[in-house]
Amino acid sequence: MQPFTYAPVADAAGAAARALAGAQFIAGGTDMLQLLQENVLQPGELADLNGLGLAGIGEEPDGALRLGALTRLQEAADHPLLRERCPVATEALAATASPMVRHMATLGGNLLQRTRCLYFRDVSTPCNKRQPGSGCSALEGENRHNAILGGSEHCIAVQPSDFPVALVALDAEVLLRGAEGAERWVPVESFHRLPGDTPEIETVMRPGDVILAIRIPSHAMRWRSHYVKVRDRASFAWALCSAAVALRLDGEGRVAEMRVAAGGVATKPWRLVRVEQELLGHRMDRDRVRLAAVWASEGAVARPGNAYKAPLLQHTVERALLEIGGLA
Amino acid sequence: MNAIIGQPVSRVDGPAKVTGHATYAAEFDLPGLAYAAMVLATIPRGHVRSIDRAAAEAAPGVLAVMTHEDAPRLPYKQIAQRPQVDAQSGEQLHVLQDDQVRFNGEPVAVVVAETLEQAVHAAELVRVEYARSPAVTIFDAKQGRPPSEGNAKAGRVPELGRGDVEGAMREAPVQVEARYVHPREHHNAIEPHVTIAHWEGENLTLYDKTQWVDNDRKEIAHVFGMEEERIRVVSPFVGGAFGSALRTWPHVTLAVMAAKRVRRPVRLELTRRQLYMAVGFRPHSEQHLRLGADKEGRLVALEHDVIQQVGRYEEYAETALSPTSHLYQCDNLRARYRLVEMDTNSPCPMRAPGVVTGVLGLEMAMDELAAELGMDPLELRLRNYAEQDQQKGLPWSSKELRACYETAAERFGWARRKPEPRSMREGGMLIGYGMATAIYHSDRSGGSASVALTGNGMAVVRSASSDMGPGTYTSMTQVAAETLGLPVDHVRFELGDTNLPYAPVHGGSITMASLGNAVVAACRAVQTKLTSLARAAQQGPFAGLAEDAVVAREGGLGRADGSGPVVPYAELLRQHNLGWVEAEGSAQPGEETKKYSSAAFGAIFVEVRVDELLGTVRVPRMIGAYDVGRVINPKTARSQCIGGMVGGLGMALEERAEWDARFGKVMNANLAEYLVPVNADVAEMEAIFVPNDDRNFNPLGVKGLAEVAICGVAPAIANAVWHATGRRIRELPITPERLLG
Ligand SMILES: Cc1cc2nc3c(=O)[nH]c(=O)nc-3n(C[C@H](O)[C@H](O)[C@H](O)COP(=O)(O)OP(=O)(O)OC[C@H]3O[C@@H](n4cnc5c(N)ncnc54)[C@H](O)[C@@H]3O)c2cc1C
Ligand code: SF4
Repeated sequence: MQPFTYAPVADAAGAAARALAGAQFIAGGTDMLQLLQENVLQPGELADLNGLGLAGIGEEPDGALRLGALTRLQEAADHPLLRERCPVATEALAATASPMVRHMATLGGNLLQRTRCLYFRDVSTPCNKRQPGSGCSALEGENRHNAILGGSEHCIAVQPSDFPVALVALDAEVLLRGAEGAERWVPVESFHRLPGDTPEIETVMRPGDVILAIRIPSHAMRWRSHYVKVRDRASFAWALCSAAVALRLDGEGRVAEMRVAAGGVATKPWRLVRVEQELLGHRMDRDRVRLAAVWASEGAVARPGNAYKAPLLQHTVERALLEIGGLA
Repeated sequence: MNAIIGQPVSRVDGPAKVTGHATYAAEFDLPGLAYAAMVLATIPRGHVRSIDRAAAEAAPGVLAVMTHEDAPRLPYKQIAQRPQVDAQSGEQLHVLQDDQVRFNGEPVAVVVAETLEQAVHAAELVRVEYARSPAVTIFDAKQGRPPSEGNAKAGRVPELGRGDVEGAMREAPVQVEARYVHPREHHNAIEPHVTIAHWEGENLTLYDKTQWVDNDRKEIAHVFGMEEERIRVVSPFVGGAFGSALRTWPHVTLAVMAAKRVRRPVRLELTRRQLYMAVGFRPHSEQHLRLGADKEGRLVALEHDVIQQVGRYEEYAETALSPTSHLYQCDNLRARYRLVEMDTNSPCPMRAPGVVTGVLGLEMAMDELAAELGMDPLELRLRNYAEQDQQKGLPWSSKELRACYETAAERFGWARRKPEPRSMREGGMLIGYGMATAIYHSDRSGGSASVALTGNGMAVVRSASSDMGPGTYTSMTQVAAETLGLPVDHVRFELGDTNLPYAPVHGGSITMASLGNAVVAACRAVQTKLTSLARAAQQGPFAGLAEDAVVAREGGLGRADGSGPVVPYAELLRQHNLGWVEAEGSAQPGEETKKYSSAAFGAIFVEVRVDELLGTVRVPRMIGAYDVGRVINPKTARSQCIGGMVGGLGMALEERAEWDARFGKVMNANLAEYLVPVNADVAEMEAIFVPNDDRNFNPLGVKGLAEVAICGVAPAIANAVWHATGRRIRELPITPERLLG
């Protein structure tokens, strides 16, 4: 761990200024502290966002839900509006980490959680994401946690957060405040970037950007939704694979709108458009669901350690669809 | 007074632990304490080409940087008879004594600074250049070689057996053959290893995490060529160890060197990541079994090969063959034990070392045999019940395994099991029932204790033992209280200090059988001493009485004929103007090992619930019945057993080191990625103790119970997974990729 200074900031403008001067933000600190301890990050300063007044969940006039970036995961998991209207979000949050972590961790921090790739977090090994150009140790290494989708020859690290997967299914957006003060909305689906040949760049955020809030649009409030997470133990583990489903059926019981996303298997929360297409306009029955779910792993690139994720992804999506369709 | 032995007394040290008053090794707050941090090698084999320490030395707060270039050359004197917990051949790591790198994670420098943060930071600034040499980092069972003579002499034999295996196997109408793999596992106790070294002139005090203060002292005395008397080791509380603190690791030597260099007390605490390299682990193992049986299921031939990894600079080996040698009746048997040298830190004992491994293979193979025979797995065990230890040719000092099977099976509802795999379902999940036998040999070792009866009515009992969690403080208090006839809260047990009477290692499940009897002896000795005083006195209730006319009972002395009152110890002391009276007692193993073979036994029954689509396994129910001899404290005993079940659950379903052969390194070296069970994994667990009292083994009638508790759990789960799914997963842990694969 390198020595650093600590600076609480009172407003977003102040935060942006410090960031441009080299500071890194800390919110709940649940990921940041690990990265500091392991010497993965060496910021000269930590700018504390907890004084920005960005916590809390509220309903907007049009019925959308606005979740402040500094809202703790547990507060969001317990929120009655979210629970009632967006079960996929509540379920994803309740399956995140442990109660202790959830009471500290924030929604904004969760969007930016760094990968759990074993090599990223062990500074004695090469890793392109941590040290661009040093090589990717996971390609030929212990990669059972790594991605089968969205990877490149430079990086196959999974974006490990659960909540953003639910947010993609809910068609949610992130509100960013740029260093100059301009605010902009970015769909969660396009918030994270594919690694390509710059795996160190993980999102569309620009230097000095602060995440202010997340918005779940009003149309998603009318959807049914559901989250299924598969992990190595019953609790307190990142997803080996997860599936988030949100849909609306028409009067005939056919799928009128649908968004499906996967976690734990891809370099970013992964929208499964092809699975959606297979089901749109159809009634959900077991066979159709099973056949649709097979498309989930389309384009997967498997390695010895993570090949199991292709069938697991299909099965996880199938389970989520069966359960939401009342077919399980 | 009611019996105290056998009562579920709550932990006497519990309040101190939960209120933070228990002082663990890292917490001794010495004036002028400085902090050390290690720099570990990042290559699996080679040598250090150069070390640039300038930046570290210039960093704020740094007191010293020490590398092989300037570390003192230490004598590393040989210990005449190596304790069982040490590697039995080769040389322990000689830390900072040369430029060689023997494994990824070998310390190459240590930095001492005013604060922990400064030390850690400066350690990161040390730049080391290495020259790599070819390293052996892939486990290749074909490279297995027999353990050395040193290990063979210590009971880790390369081969054992009886009868004619080949012949019997050829004739056997039913045969099974299988290979099982069990990965490297790490202890991951909550408390990390830590040492505070404090020199005062030529005298050294170590505040250390250790399961054996006396051996810690001996090791450091030999490493530094010091007289043992100059060293004191203090270790009153241990936050879990599972065997990792049985022997003394190189960081203790580093702390001692560093403290000498900076002339201040120095604390060296390992980080979680360093714990995967700087102390030992349970070695990766592969085993191959062949079982031959007749049509009635009687074993006629048993062949078992266990192959484990070992480091290259020293040779740690395990008694992996012992369960196979005597768990079942079988006239023709051959077992072999082989070691594969690898460039890694040395493995070391981890709860039920070797035995848990041997039981795993044997009990999974027995399940396969039962399936092959179309026989109930429990029935197969009963048909092969070993009435004696066939390998040693000795009767058991006691064996209530039949009662274990019966009790646990009944309680579990084993009769409801449908024999066919995949035949039980509930709510879309596959249900499986599985069982296994557990065994762990019971040993004793010599030890001693002292008892002081004081004028305020207390008894202070002391021994240099340890309590890494099983409840030694509590159970020894009970033994002393019952023997002295005092209430539990009038007895205080002190341990964890080399200034106290010698105690054997706190491992191998031997503490109660060894030290418990020494505590009884010490209690009797102090009673005798007080009796002599009272009889020899000029006046008083017992003055001038014959030796056999006075007896200790009910917390004092009374006349043997029952006449007159019992005079409490404290009152006698007052009458004789004594502040206290103290005596020592000891207990040694006797002739019993020549007459009997001793072991603790258990039968484990589990239910699993498998989500076949997702490849996940959960364990809603686990019931074990145990024959551990006499149970001193059913509450702490239960804790041990359900702790063993939880450990076994981790072994079956979660634990594994993710080893990268390119770096010769465990990559998931933290508790976020090296998984152990969490509360949500643990559902119903029940431990039942069948009545027994093994006076053939020792006067207290106890056997050991710490290690038998983890044996048998993982194979029971694996067998249940087969019953649920029809799939034999022969490589642990059973994770989704294996169930989906
Ligand atoms: C043991 C463990 C298990 C876990 N398991 C799971 C799991 O199963 N699923 C899961 O999803 N997560 C899991 N987590 C991760 C946890 O959810 C994240 O660490 C947490 O959400 C991060 O939030 P934080 O507020 O603590 O972020 P911090 O650690 O404070 O910050 C994380 C990053 O976000 C940046 N940041 C934070 N807030 C803002 C903002 N408003 N604007 C701009 N940048 C910001 C910081 O600069 C930093 O780079 C686990 C964590 C632990 C420790
Ligand atoms: S997958 Fe990405 S994070 Fe992991 S080692 Fe490769 S480059 Fe680093």
